[in-house]
Order: sequence, then structure tokens, then C-alpha cells
Amino acid sequence: MTRAKPEDDEYWNSSKFKAFTFDDEDDEFSQLKESKRAVNSILVDEDEDEDDVERVSWSGEPVGSISWSVKETASSIRSGSEQSFPKIDTTPSLSKQGSGYSLSSLFKGNLHVFIYCFLAFSDTSFRTYAPELRKPKSDGKVIHMDMFTSAFKHLGSPFSLEKFRSLQDKLLLLDEAVAVYDGNVITAVLIFLKKSLSKEILFRELMARDVALRHYVHYLKEMGEQKLLLMHYKEHLNIKDEGRRRDFLKSCLSLPFSQDDATHVQDHYTLLERQIIIEASDKKADAEIFKKFPRKASILNMPIITTLYYSCFYHYGESEGTFSSPSNIRKTFRISEKQYILTALGARAKLKSWFDVDSLFNTKNWLGYTKKKSPIGFHRVVDILHKNSAPVQVLQEYVNLIDDPDLKLSGALKYKCHDVVINTYRDLKDRQQLIVYREKLERDSPEYRKIQELLNNVQIRWKN
Amino acid sequence: MAHTEWKDAPGLPDFSLLKRLARDQLIFLLEQLPGKKDLFIDADLMSPLDRIANVTILKQHEVDKLYKVELKPIVSSSDQLCFLIRPRIQTVKWISDLVNADKVAGRFRRYKIIFTPQKFYACETVLEEQGVYGDVTTDEWNFYILPLDDDILSLELPEFFRDNFLEGDQRWVTTAGSALRLLQSVYGSFSKVYGIGRCAKMVYESWRELMEDGEQRTRQPEFAKVFLVDRDVDFVTPLCSQVVYEGLVDDLFRIKCGSVEFGPDVTSSDKSIKVMLNSQDKVFSEIRNEHFSNVFGFLSQKAKNLQTAYDKRRGMDIQQMKAFVADELKGLKQEHRLLSLHIGASESMMKKKTKQDFQELLKTEHSLLEGFEIRECITYIEEHINRQVSMIDSLRLLCLLSITENGLLSKDYRSLKAQYLQSYGIEHLLTFANLRQLGLLEEQQAGETLTVMESKVGKLVNDKTVGKLTDAFSSLAKKSNFRALSKRLALVPKSGEEYDLRVPRDMAYVFSGAYIPLSCKLIEQVLERDGWTGMEEVTRMLNGQEFAVTGGSSSSEARSKTDAQRIVLVMFLGGCTFSEISALRFLGKERGCRFIVVTTAITNSSRLLEALLDNSA
Repeated sequence: MTRAKPEDDEYWNSSKFKAFTFDDEDDEFSQLKESKRAVNSILVDEDEDEDDVERVSWSGEPVGSISWSVKETASSIRSGSEQSFPKIDTTPSLSKQGSGYSLSSLFKGNLHVFIYCFLAFSDTSFRTYAPELRKPKSDGKVIHMDMFTSAFKHLGSPFSLEKFRSLQDKLLLLDEAVAVYDGNVITAVLIFLKKSLSKEILFRELMARDVALRHYVHYLKEMGEQKLLLMHYKEHLNIKDEGRRRDFLKSCLSLPFSQDDATHVQDHYTLLERQIIIEASDKKADAEIFKKFPRKASILNMPIITTLYYSCFYHYGESEGTFSSPSNIRKTFRISEKQYILTALGARAKLKSWFDVDSLFNTKNWLGYTKKKSPIGFHRVVDILHKNSAPVQVLQEYVNLIDDPDLKLSGALKYKCHDVVINTYRDLKDRQQLIVYREKLERDSPEYRKIQELLNNVQIRWKN
Repeated sequence: MAHTEWKDAPGLPDFSLLKRLARDQLIFLLEQLPGKKDLFIDADLMSPLDRIANVTILKQHEVDKLYKVELKPIVSSSDQLCFLIRPRIQTVKWISDLVNADKVAGRFRRYKIIFTPQKFYACETVLEEQGVYGDVTTDEWNFYILPLDDDILSLELPEFFRDNFLEGDQRWVTTAGSALRLLQSVYGSFSKVYGIGRCAKMVYESWRELMEDGEQRTRQPEFAKVFLVDRDVDFVTPLCSQVVYEGLVDDLFRIKCGSVEFGPDVTSSDKSIKVMLNSQDKVFSEIRNEHFSNVFGFLSQKAKNLQTAYDKRRGMDIQQMKAFVADELKGLKQEHRLLSLHIGASESMMKKKTKQDFQELLKTEHSLLEGFEIRECITYIEEHINRQVSMIDSLRLLCLLSITENGLLSKDYRSLKAQYLQSYGIEHLLTFANLRQLGLLEEQQAGETLTVMESKVGKLVNDKTVGKLTDAFSSLAKKSNFRALSKRLALVPKSGEEYDLRVPRDMAYVFSGAYIPLSCKLIEQVLERDGWTGMEEVTRMLNGQEFAVTGGSSSSEARSKTDAQRIVLVMFLGGCTFSEISALRFLGKERGCRFIVVTTAITNSSRLLEALLDNSA
């Protein structure tokens, strides 16, 4: 911030600044000009990179010469008014704006978020300047201590933001800052307003100033003072202790989330609550499965699906009454059948419990025959089984269940389910492919012999 | 060099000047703190610093020890501490704590913060609030631009994207303006500026004002046309899987500041190798813009040639052998090394891609771009989520689906979001809020909801603001309009047509012939028309904010024939991908001009989305 030199008493004495009345146009105009100058004077680094090019003597290195050469060439070619680019209209017209910039997006669809946000600021402790930082000047007027430090750059500028005392002036200053697009300046003015306006007033005014509002919210966020709805929820990530985290999440339940999000936050709390229970009992569990496959990590803070996988791995077949049972988790978190089958399949295949895998897909029809059905494509099932190194017999059974003939054949080829491949070619009456395939097989293996028999079978009418 | 590839291409300005300028200013600043000092560097400044100065230079200027800023207590016995940092409140708070801890311990040191590329008022306020203003001196290192290659300049500010587009903080506007001014003062003035996007407009204005305030330097320009584009004008392109070599390397290995680290799987040894990837690498410069499917063939041809060159040794006499060793062997060995590296990289990429069913993924992306079999795409995405495979890829597909379809149907949105949270963690609620705010992943809004919202809000605030809010809420209805834009600009070629990737016919080759990057298509069209005339419908669908301005009444005619007219500076605000750079290089070749890309950072789908994640503390 630029501050006036201590000896600069212009403000206090000159009539121009005596009263900030807006009686006539002229006054307002000069006021505006003043805001503009004040704002421009905060452009902290205005003349900095100008220097970059002109600093010829940087440590006596030849660099200077670069800038010199640039400069010299420049001046020799320079010609009058060249290079005056026109100003373009950058006034943000809200209707044209992308959603990323509108108020609406900040509080999109969530009126209570806005209200919550408003309220949250009301209890943020307000930073006031300690009285000892202010020192009475000879004439009794208060001057900021910092004015005495000489460590600021813009000695030339007589403007201090402290001069903007009426609300109108402050807002004019803010609007002027927004008009120069520089986020750094906007934030600078906001920091000043934060110190000199009550948060209720500041927020009331910011609500009508989208750009400034977003800068303010971002500033508070960076300063760790922001308490927007979701930000409040986010704080749980900073809590290491699971018990405290759970309690914090519980306290979040009463926050005015949208209906949709409220369900998710509720789930989050329930999940952690269950995980804590499961973790406590499994840590000392001595069942066979825990010895055979020791747990690699704790289940705390894992996603729902990971928790389901874990439960399908360690607690498969438990009754729905226990928190750790797959069926309980499935029901509590409304997990779709498809998702459930995928997860259970992964876990049971990992354990090579092919029986469990089978029963996942078995359905009985009214005649009592079992038939395999799956909400996910059987090619996907095969893929998962293969990734868990299922034996060929198991793979073969599922490859056979693939509906799409192309997918079935490519699956069979990929996973070397010879019988399926051979039968498919046979059904296609494709002699050539059979011959080709035979060559890939071990001589005198059962598959080899099977092809041999087929090829010798005179009853088949080959298409080639 | 890449630009010798075709005749008649204009030469490029020498951007190494920018490095020298930056280095010399840094030296100047270090000398402002005479005597031995320890230097603390922000982690993300280390690679950029590496590109312009080395440890020797720092040591020459009495830097004793170098540390990475880790926001933890420090161990340093030096009496002078210098901090080279980005202007971030968190870092300044950490420094204030250090100073205050020293004060308590009765330890006296001198402290200096060098902010780069500039300081922010808010940072200095932190020093003031923490009571260390004055104990710490501050300075600015105006290191605005790092040249990454002959035709790529980077501001190395990845946070530009989130700050500007998500948070709505315009702090980097002047930085981008200053970068433009730096280019202009070193390389000459611009004759014409085009642009689209709200940030582009502000950067233009900021640059214009800087220029008006400052002393004018005009010289024979080395590039004359400038195009400014906001990242949010085109989100589709950076969300697509990259399939040109350089883009694919970036997607899989992450190119950092022009260099990549190839792990043991690539080097087929037990150690990793860091390689610079730029036009200096002869092998790389020939394959970087190629579609991946061509790279294998090219590399194996190259290997054969190399073998032939080596084979020449046979039957040589001593004299010939001596000459061979002296003149050719070194070059051959170098090429050999590079070749085996890129072959290794290609193999490793193939393996990774087959493992994740890349073909199926690409098929889904292409269907989304084309608007074909959307239900199947949704099923695929759902299964992707259900199987808990790559959290970022799932998000990427969801966003692509939303943008190309103008938002998701309510029931799809809710169900996919719920499944996503189940698979990857409920804390991603925050991520979803961010994506929604940015318009990347939205629920289709029923028209009615708007009116209800308006009247509710209307009751809450006074009359004056009602109008403004109504306007604001009407932007809720903002659509990405991708489908219409794609039709209008012919971004997606008619399906069924064969596309020979070896002989690309347009920029679509960078996405296997399935899609011409929207950003690049806009650039092409505007340069062709010398403005936005005739593109009114397109700009309307892109939410306006386009401009085209000519500078002064200068002797533009006299210059029109120079090379400069054929060099176009394209500035991406919020990041640009290697695929876009490849597409522009292709366009340049077609049109006999050259593009220089200035970007706030190199981005890709992962970086873009990671910037919007909020799932960790």
C-alpha cells in the first residue's frame, strides 16, 4: 500500500478534501479521479520491468548490452504516434459472461449456501489495529505508524488509502480498482476495506460486485479465514484422529447442504463410523483369513467401494446384521447390483473362490435349472477373472457365456480357451481357420487331436 | 532444427535473450544482499531456475547452501537468508514464522524475499501483520518468460488456471500483460492483436496500459500478429487423450519444464535418465509431432539407417577408420543413444496403453466428440468408475461427456456422481463443486429452476442488485454449445471416411483424424479472415468476448512483406497442450507461417483436472 509521507499534510489542510460531499458533478468527478490515481499508485511494480531493460550495469555483466542494444535500436526507429493500440470494451457484461465468472456459479443453485456464507463471516474475528500502532500527531489527528517507515517505493505518490473514509469513497475506490483488472490491486483495496468496514456492510456491498466478491473470498480462503459451506466440510481432511474426524463429520450433518450433497455427507459420516468399528475388531481378529492374507493397511478413510471389497474379502458370508458384512454395506450405501457384482467378483476371484464366483451369477428358473446371468457383460467378467489368474476351465465356462460372437471368439483366442475357439470355428464351418489354429497348438495335445478329428469328419460341409 | 523442415519458413527470433535477461536480473538481486547467504527456493521454481542458471553461477554470487522450500522448520547456520519464491501467502506466513522464531531465540539474521515474477500486496500485508515488515526486505525478480524450445515460451504459472478461472482472482492478469510487454520491448512491436475470452481482453488492456505508461520502443518487429485465447474457450481439447508423440510422452511420463525422466522400464537398465526434449534432440524433433502409429515405423527405419552407417566401418582401412571415428562416430553414437531411448519410451507407452484398454477408451472419446452412441458411452464410463480404475480418467470422461452434451441429464448426473463418490471417496464432493462452477461437469438445468431462484434471491437483496443478479443467473443457462460449434466449424470429420495418419490432411490428425482442436481452428479461421467477420454465430456460441485490433496508423504495409508478418504469437491463458502445439506447427507448415506459443504453463488432462481436485488437505 502506498502511504503518504509524514510531512505530507495536503489531505488535512487542503480544502479540496475537506468534506466528501457529492453536491455537484465536479466533486464526484474529482473524487473518481482521485480513486483512480490512488488505485494506480498501488500498482506496486509499475516501473519495475521498465528498469529491467534499462539496468545497464547489472553487476557489470554484458547483459546491460542487450538492453542497450534494444534501446538504441528502438530509439532510432521510433516514430511518433506509432503503436497506439485502441482501448477495447472490457466491461464485464454479465449476460455475456461465462458461468465461471458469475455470482450464480459461486453459489450455484444454492441460496442457503450464500446465506451460510454470509453468516459465517459474521463470527470471523475481526482484525483491529492495536492502539499502540497509532500515534497521535501534533495536531491530534491520527496517522498510521507505517507512514514513518521509509521502506516503500512510491514516495512520489501522496495518496494513502486511509483517506477514503466515507462508504461512498470506499466503494468508488473499489469500483475503480475493479476497472483496472489487476487482481493485485483489487485485493489491496479489499484488504483496506476489510480493515475499515464492518463485515456486514462489506458483504452487503460485495454481493453486488461479483469480481470483487470473488477476489475477497479467494483472499480469505488463502488466509485460512474462509468458511464457505464446502470449505467447512473440507476441514475434516485436516483432522488426523479418526474419532475426532468422525465427530466433526457428524457436526457437518446439520449444515445446509443441498439435498443431494446432504445424503453424501451423511454417507461419509456413516462410513467412517462403520470403518472405526470394523477396524477395531479386525485389528485383533485371528480368523484364518486374516492369517492367510494379512491386512496391508487399515480400512479407515477408504472409499465405500474399497470398504465393500474389503468386506467381500474378509467378511464374506456374514449375516446382514453385522456392520462388516457385504450385504449390510451394500444396503446401507445403496450400492447398485452391477457395482456389487463387480466388487464381489474381484474379491472372490482374488481369493480363487470359484464357487463363490459361480454363485454370484447363478439364478434358478422356475423349473429349478440354474442359469448364469450377469448385469455386466460376461466379457468383462472374463477379463476380471483372467486378471486374477483364473484357471482355463473357469475362464472357458465364462467365455462361453459371452453373447456377442465376435467378443466371444476374441476372448477365447486371448485367453487360450481352445475348446471354445474350436467349436466356434466348427460352427462357422471355417476349415481354414481351424487349420491355422491347429498349427498353434502342441502336437498330440487333446485340442490338436480334436481339430484333427473334425477335419477328418466327412459329414461337415466346410465353407472353405 | 525443426524449422529447416520446410523451405520458405520464416526464421524464429532468438529467445535465449530472455534467459540472459532473467539470469542477469537474478544476479543483480543476489548482489543486493552482499556476503554469504543461504538460498531457499520454491520447489516449482527449481526446474525453471535450472534452465537459466546453474549452481556455479549462484555460488559465484555468494550463495552458500541451497534449500528447497518445504514449509518446515529450517536448519541453517547462515546469517543471511534469501528466499526465492512465488508470491504465495502460505510461503510468506512460513517465512514470517521463521523470523519470529529467530527473534524469540534472540538470533539476528538478515532476510530477503525475492518474489517472482512479481510481488503481491497481500503477501506484504502478511509480513506487516506478522510484525516482520522491515525485518525482511523484499524484491522482485521479473522472470516472466522461460523459453522451453524454439517456439514455446512458458510463464511456468500452472496456478494461473485455477486462480483465474475457478477462483475468479485476476492477480495474474498484469503478469501476462507484462510478459507481452517484455516480448514486445525485446523483439519489436505487434501490428495486430486478436483474442477471445474475458481474460484475454483484460490481458490485452493491461498490456496496452503498460505500454502507454512506459516509454515506447519501436523497432523492426520479429513477429507482428498476436492471438490471445482463454483456456475456458476450449475445454474439450485438453480433455482428450493425446496421441501425437510429444503429447503422449507428456500424458504418460509428464514433461516438466522441457525435460522428462524416463524410468528403468524405458532405459532397460536399473536407473532413470533425465532427458531434455526439444528441437536439439534430432530424433525427437522428427517424431514429436507425429501420430503415435507412425512412430514405430519411423524409429525402425532410423535404426536400420544407423546400422548401415555403422556397417560402413567394415572393409575400411586404417585411414578411413580414423576419419570415421573422428567425424561420424560421435554423431552416430549420440543418435544411437537417443534412438534407443525413444524406442524404449515407445515400447513402454505401448505396454501401458494396452494394459488400460486404450483402444476402448479412445473409442469412447471419439463417440463423445461425434455425439454417437451416448448411452453406450455412459455405460462405459460407469463401469470405468465401478472398477475404480484411474480416478482422473473417470473424471476426464465425465467432463467430456458433460461438455459435449451440454450437461448431463439430472438422473445421469446424480447417479454418476454418487457412484464416483463411492468409488473414489466422498471428499470429492468438493471436486464436483469446482467442476460445476467451472462449467466442466454440469447437470442440465430445467428452465423453471431459474425463475424460482431469481424470485427467491430478488426478495433478499435490494432492487438495484436484482437486475444484476438476474443477469448473473441467466448465465446459468450458459451452454458449451460444443455440438453446434463442432458442426459450424467442421471440427469432427464425417465418420466412415478413411484418414491416412501418415499423410495428415488437416489438424485433426493430432486426434487420430477424429477431431480438430477447437482452439486451433479458431486461430486458423481468424488469421484467414484477418478478424472475426463472418464468425458471429461462432463467437456468440462461445459467449462473445472476441476482439481484433490494429495498432496505430503505422507503416504496416511496408512491413507486410517481411518475415515478421508470418510469425504469429499465440498466447494461451490457462495453459496449452502439446497436441495444440503440434496442430499449430502443422497449420504453420500448411500456411507458410510459424507459430510461437506463449502459455501460462504446459497442460494436459491430468494437470487440468488435478488443479481442480479438492480431495486432500
